[in-house]
Amino acid sequence: MSELSPLWISIKTTIAATIIVFFIGITAAWFMASYKGRARGVIDGILTLPMVLPPTVVGFILLLIIGKNFPVGKLLDSFGITIIFTWFATVIAATVVAFPLMYRTCVGAFRQIDINVLNAARTLGASEWRVFWKVAVPLALPGIVAGTVLSFARALGEFGATMMIAGSIPGITETIPVAIYFAVIAGETANAFKWVILIFIISLSIMVASDKWAEKQMFLVSSARRKR
Amino acid sequence: MSLEVNITKKLSGFELKVDFKAENDILGFLGASGSGKSMTLRCIAGIETPDTGKIVLNGRVLFDSENRINIPIRERKVGFLFQNYALFPNMTVQQNIGFGLSKSIPKAEKNNIIKKKIHDLQLSGMGKRYPFQLSGGQQQRVALARALASDPEIILLDEPFSALDEHLRNNMMTQLKEDLLEFKKTSIFVTHNIEEAYQLCKDIIIIAEGSIDASGPKDDIFNNPPTLYAAKLTGCKNISKGKKIVNSISGNTVVQAIDWGCSITFDYEIEDDITDIGIRAHYLEIKDNDYDVNTFNCWIVATGETLFRTKVYLKFSKPTDNDKDYHVVWDISKEEWDLVKIRALPLKIRINPDKVVKIIKK
Repeated sequence: MSELSPLWISIKTTIAATIIVFFIGITAAWFMASYKGRARGVIDGILTLPMVLPPTVVGFILLLIIGKNFPVGKLLDSFGITIIFTWFATVIAATVVAFPLMYRTCVGAFRQIDINVLNAARTLGASEWRVFWKVAVPLALPGIVAGTVLSFARALGEFGATMMIAGSIPGITETIPVAIYFAVIAGETANAFKWVILIFIISLSIMVASDKWAEKQMFLVSSARRKR
Repeated sequence: MSLEVNITKKLSGFELKVDFKAENDILGFLGASGSGKSMTLRCIAGIETPDTGKIVLNGRVLFDSENRINIPIRERKVGFLFQNYALFPNMTVQQNIGFGLSKSIPKAEKNNIIKKKIHDLQLSGMGKRYPFQLSGGQQQRVALARALASDPEIILLDEPFSALDEHLRNNMMTQLKEDLLEFKKTSIFVTHNIEEAYQLCKDIIIIAEGSIDASGPKDDIFNNPPTLYAAKLTGCKNISKGKKIVNSISGNTVVQAIDWGCSITFDYEIEDDITDIGIRAHYLEIKDNDYDVNTFNCWIVATGETLFRTKVYLKFSKPTDNDKDYHVVWDISKEEWDLVKIRALPLKIRINPDKVVKIIKK
């Protein structure tokens, strides 16, 4: 096991989770932004739940779903697929906890778009796909980027749910937050410090970079904001 | 080319229920805010769905509740000019105008169409600008160019002037009228401003509380408003309950203006079931004597000044101190007022029977 393995595992996990969250989050947000059915509050609540629940609760629920002694886990096991305590489990944990940040930020960004602008595109013959990619996404871009950055940061920092379903297998599921925890438990303060500083640098630089970018974008979309 | 609409839709407070046809021309929808006129446009475009009814555009059924037909917005070929223009802020003027052009059109031809629209709508030199770099009037022209470029079968305009400054409106109106006549197909223009409706449209439909109150050629609607609401909406300030009687001595037709306490004699036949009569504020005439049967004594109750005109509030038959107690408003220029105010009271005011608005309540 290389000494830097938690860094690579964290980066791989975070990037994979962010990519998944990016697509699922935007899609869910796009549907929920225009959905006005009765179940709206309930669906909205369920999709946001992983953000407000303690990560251990999220981990416990995931354990119930994919654990080897439970239906989905059993089914996967019968195909020879094991998720629990593998690298995929770290990705699932990071994805689930990061999803609400992407979802909520994007819903907000989509709802801010002047509905007339979207309808104008439709009257001009644009398909829903074209309305989404050519109009909605560009206009919601600052929000989408902010959501992605927040999701990335949250996925990078994921600890509780990861511990529950992925454990701490060095070289396989041991991410930086997990490594910090065990370094502290083992009394290796210097080692913990090294990882803490690394997390600090990664998170902060991404936040600062995205903020700079968002500022530049703002002036373009601000004129399409819904008048209140 | 024609549009047939017959739809109903429950709205908060009232039910929208409209039934009309539009031919190749500019049709005006006139009504107060919240009367359902914009909602009707949105139903035609497919942005809103009616509860029941049918919408047929040039023989194509766009909506039919009985046969469960509801063509999506993108297939309706309806050009819509939104109140706030709804330009794509992330695209240049060229990209905005080109947005609705079919993918099957070759690129060179697309560019030609965009160039032509930019030229036609006097947007030369602005092709590379973004919407936020344009004035309100320019934004409106880009929105119109964008709608026209997609070759729609009808153009719907939802209060296109409400976001513009007063001094821009007149120029823009003349321009818009030319553009719409050039379009040569049906246009529907929604407004709450009678001036705009009168200048732009050929026929007018007045909508009140979701229903069609009156409809017809604009001159008919403005000169002889058929309903009380149409009379008020088209700016008829003086309305009184009226009752037709026949003068037993002269045999003339007389209408008692009940609210005004006077009777107007007509030298032509009028409908028996007349319920209200009105006279526009600028049609009242001042006379030197009261030899004419339709000339009445009036006392000035109050006056109000606007930029170039004076409103004189008059009371028939007797003077009063209460400045809210008046019968009619008389709208005259300030020069005329200077001559009127030195006259002795009572003024001799004539109601010209040819100018009287006659209303029959349904």
